[in-house]
Amino acid sequence: MTDIIRMTAADLSTHLQSGEISAVDATQAHLDRIEAVDTDVHAFLAVSSDALDTARRIDERRAAGEKLGPLAGIPLAVKDVLVTTDMPSTSGSKILEGYMSPFDATVVRLSREAGLIPIGKTNMDEFAMGSSTEHSAYGPTRNPWDLDRIPGGSGGGSAAAVAAFEAPLALGSDTGGSIRQPAHVTGTVGVKPTYGAVSRYGAIALASSLDQVGPVTRTVLDAGLLHDVIAQHDPHDSTSLTDTWPSMAEAARSGARGDGLAGLKVGVVRELSGDGFQAGVQSRFEETVALLTAQGAEVIEVSAPHFEYAVAAYYLILPAEASSNLAKFDSVRFGMRVQPDGGGTVEQVMAATREAGFGPEVKRRIILGTYALSAGYYDAYYGSAQKVRTLIQRDFTAAFEQVDVLVTPSAPTTAFKFGEKLADPMAMYLNDITTIPANLAGIPGISVPIGLAPEDGLPVGIQVMAPQREDARLYRVGAAIEALLEQQWGHTLISKAPALGGK
Amino acid sequence: MSEISEEQVAHLANLARIALTPEEISSLTTELDQIVDSIAKVQEVATPDVPATSHPVPLSNVFRPDVVGETLTIEQALQNAPEQADNRFKVSAILGEEQ
Repeated sequence: MTDIIRMTAADLSTHLQSGEISAVDATQAHLDRIEAVDTDVHAFLAVSSDALDTARRIDERRAAGEKLGPLAGIPLAVKDVLVTTDMPSTSGSKILEGYMSPFDATVVRLSREAGLIPIGKTNMDEFAMGSSTEHSAYGPTRNPWDLDRIPGGSGGGSAAAVAAFEAPLALGSDTGGSIRQPAHVTGTVGVKPTYGAVSRYGAIALASSLDQVGPVTRTVLDAGLLHDVIAQHDPHDSTSLTDTWPSMAEAARSGARGDGLAGLKVGVVRELSGDGFQAGVQSRFEETVALLTAQGAEVIEVSAPHFEYAVAAYYLILPAEASSNLAKFDSVRFGMRVQPDGGGTVEQVMAATREAGFGPEVKRRIILGTYALSAGYYDAYYGSAQKVRTLIQRDFTAAFEQVDVLVTPSAPTTAFKFGEKLADPMAMYLNDITTIPANLAGIPGISVPIGLAPEDGLPVGIQVMAPQREDARLYRVGAAIEALLEQQWGHTLISKAPALGGK
Repeated sequence: MSEISEEQVAHLANLARIALTPEEISSLTTELDQIVDSIAKVQEVATPDVPATSHPVPLSNVFRPDVVGETLTIEQALQNAPEQADNRFKVSAILGEEQ
């Protein structure tokens, strides 16, 4: 039998159901792994002290003959942006250090109801602002493929946790690529569902019109299994869709069998390849597209002329929404309170608290958002950005009239080194050029590993995007790509990740 | 050039209730100037005929039945408060001496 921590969630599920492995075994194995490697990786901000008790209760229920869901007894890492009642929720910020939520985020509640075992909270850029986890107030997470490099962001902790076999499944959130870009740089799978498909209730809001919670895993099928648990209508989120969704796990299984590639129309976005993309990222991407062609897919180049304005629009819309969402950190109801020297009024206390509690990137974006929303600049900046959003949606609509799915490299480069882009905010922002358009248009996207870049031996991912509500298409195509490549290689990509020394 | 001044950044910081240090105001002024220069390009294509999009998936009024829902208890609502008294959040003085 494979080592428990190296099993996919789907395999672990089979062993749990047959009784060969107990939920306590599965949980203990992952807690041991965290203990052994997380000093190096630093994927976790908190580890649950209840996980083993929860696992024991799952085992008891199973032993009593209760019919449990497929993921019952499987450990789950939870991004710290999602509030939990049993562990602190900080969103990577000092201002929320030690914050204990009185309620669970809906996705956490649904996960618990499905029998998943939350084992810890994962590190992230503060309030999900960043592409590297270097903006976490609690220190960066390191990429399991190379500890001197970034694990992506903002959800670098969730991606590193699954890549380092500290958890088989994780939850992330994606506002401009925070699930897909970490998946790309860590050789894992990440899905940003259609906007509204998954509840945002209890996800500490960054930019409410862009945020979406989704699965972070090592395989497409595992992502589908977790997606099936969390994609439900939630009356607590007024933007939650009421759709009934097909099973994403079934879509992944059908894709892995090779169904549906023949005749599939695949669009390559002209504006998101070539110039500005690392050679090894581009070549792995082209090889994967050629593989799809060989399987009978019809590849068409499509143009999305307004994508070049996407990053600019995003860095107006996001700071505008974030500056108002973060106004709630006012030192009154929760979070840190700092008294200025000699005391002060409530407004002075608020300003001193926010000065001490927010990191540099958060301050930068709040000030930028406040500027974009100021009288006299509103129409020129925020108003124009909202119009660009319309133009990008129209580009997608036109593209999806010609093709079933769009593909791009998931990010322009492989994992960069710590510090490389820290001093140049615009360079960091441009890293999200491939992922941002999907958030602006509310469409779903997946990143699937497609190999290592020859020049640096680091993982590369392909992004597949589909029209709104067509999330199942991502799973079919993503699983097909994964199956074809693994057949070609004779192994999974993640099995080639370097062993972590541990302690 | 967007020409953002230090005075402007100080004013924005006051609006956003962040007591930035003079060093932060100075570095943010330079950074914001560069960022705004790069993002101002949205104006090139945002012509008057293009409608604005505020929400990616259009939804019309979302209602729920007008009944009492789940609410937090007073203890839960106050459990994270920096300061509390008599079942209420306690804050510093609202008015300063000059007011």
